Amino acid sequence: MIVLGIEGTAWSLSAGVVDENNIILIENNPYIPREGGIHPREASQHHSDSIPDLISKVFSNVSPEEVDLIAFSQGPGMGPCLRIVATAARLISLKLKKPLVGVNHCLAHVEVGRWRTQAENPVVLYVSGGNTQIIARRGNYYRVFGETLDIGIGNGIDKLARHMGLKHPGGPRIEKLAESGREYHELPYVVKGMDLSFSGLVTAAQRLYDNKVRMEDVAFSFQETAFAMLTEVTERALAYLNLDEALLVGGVGANKRLQGMLRTMCKDRNAKFFCPPNELMGDNGAMIAYTGLLMYRHGYETRVEDSAVKPDFRIEDVEVRWD
Amino acid sequence: MKVYLGGEAEVRIHENEVEKIRRQKRYRILELDEILRKSRTKTEAKIISIARRNGVPTPLILDVDGDKIVMERIKGEPVKMVMNTEVSREIGRMVAKLHRKGIIHGDITPMNLILSDNRIFFIDFGLSFIEDRVEPKGVDLHVYFESLKASFDNWRELREAFIEGYREYGGTEDVLIRLQQIEERGRYIERVEQTG
Ligand SMILES: Nc1ncnc2c1ncn2[C@@H]1O[C@H](COP(=O)(O)OP(=O)(O)O)[C@@H](O)[C@H]1O
Ligand SMILES: Nc1ncnc2c1ncn2[C@@H]1O[C@H](COP(=O)(O)OP(=O)(O)O)[C@@H](O)[C@H]1O
Ligand SMILES: [Mg+2]
Ligand SMILES: [Mg+2]
Repeated sequence: MIVLGIEGTAWSLSAGVVDENNIILIENNPYIPREGGIHPREASQHHSDSIPDLISKVFSNVSPEEVDLIAFSQGPGMGPCLRIVATAARLISLKLKKPLVGVNHCLAHVEVGRWRTQAENPVVLYVSGGNTQIIARRGNYYRVFGETLDIGIGNGIDKLARHMGLKHPGGPRIEKLAESGREYHELPYVVKGMDLSFSGLVTAAQRLYDNKVRMEDVAFSFQETAFAMLTEVTERALAYLNLDEALLVGGVGANKRLQGMLRTMCKDRNAKFFCPPNELMGDNGAMIAYTGLLMYRHGYETRVEDSAVKPDFRIEDVEVRWD
Repeated sequence: MKVYLGGEAEVRIHENEVEKIRRQKRYRILELDEILRKSRTKTEAKIISIARRNGVPTPLILDVDGDKIVMERIKGEPVKMVMNTEVSREIGRMVAKLHRKGIIHGDITPMNLILSDNRIFFIDFGLSFIEDRVEPKGVDLHVYFESLKASFDNWRELREAFIEGYREYGGTEDVLIRLQQIEERGRYIERVEQTG
């Protein structure tokens, strides 16, 4: 079965085609803000301008008749962006007379991670722009039992980067700077059970920069603090649930220092650490396509009249009917 | 003797006492590691005693030595193994007692509670602090409810029972209202808007 998946919940506009075992292609056309952070209206304008070309590109590599199912990210995300993607998916589905399935974006990050690694029943650390969650499966549902109490870690990194005059997205730039950091400056470290808070940390790091601390050291101190918090809650979750696998997913998961910390933590408690390859960490169409495939094969199908977008869709709201 | 690798510490369980050692975590840099281990050990020893003085069962601290705490062993069952609505209600009462004194536990989960002689003992005070405000109290409850969700299918019932117990012992409505707001913050949209 061949599935086309379209992702466009926020900055990323991406289409992917997969079958049961392989990723056949991924086409990306990301929205990059000219200045500042993501503006929902600008982002949706970008998606609306770019989606026809993106889909044509896909269909110049895969013939439309071959596609058996259209999957799209139904939420969570920015309403205006979600609507563009949903509209395009409905049109393609009607035109090709192929079924449609709406996919939860967070679930897609988790399932593509499990697909591309050997993880079976992991504690999932999901770190992206707007989301930061600790997730594990219990029976037929994923449950979120730790998350940020204020901003997502990715938004926090991007905010700090902007303050230091770096372009969006800040993650890779902060990572690069941090590699040359030497001096650690203490910053607010806030962990509450398995919940976290980042906004005080971001403000304090911005103040370091204002006080003329080297950019490299600001980036270094910020990463060391934030990623230690993330690693700590992951370890707490492993101990609490008595599990021995950790899976890292989401855009921030591309960070090598974060991966390294989690790997060390897992090693020291005899757990296994997994992370999918970088191109599947950030938002992408292949994760939507693969999750759509799983869902369709387990009885899910979204009728056009039920395909309204869900800006605050939670992973916990989806029944997981597969192993 | 049993050695237990907790979320944070190595815990050595002897016949009558327990050693809790915060070993170095290799994943984080030394400076941060030392700050955290030192402050948490100090906090834990201090607030465990304050809680007991305020009528909440906790183990007696026998000794504190660097990153090690020696305390009385509580003989009983981790609440995770014996959870039911009555137990959750009693937890609610005890948390209300803590909160009345401005004591925030910081990590209330069924693994950090021991049922012994029909009393609920609170352990693992490394993330605790004293602050008489609504927000941290709301977060304290939120942390407990999330841990219920992770372990029990009847978490809604357990949550209701806790809230009843919490109210009975003077847990206030403004905390419960704040809890609701904290839970709503978990929604994606509000966070994205802060990106600006
Ligand atoms: N190497 C990196 N290190 C840290 N953060 C990164 C890195 N690469 C990307 N990011 C961050 O990932 C976030 C995007 O995550 P992603 O899951 O793709 O999107 P979304 O938040 O829209 O779901 C951005 O905040 C970006 O700065
Ligand atoms: N005083 C005690 N009496 C009996 N068991 C204890 C005691 N302290 C800790 N334990 C056991 O050890 C486990 C880990 O201890 P805890 O203080 O919670 O460490 P961590 O911070 O690593 O979670 C607890 O879940 C409990 O089973
Ligand atoms: Mg994402
Ligand atoms: Mg504990």
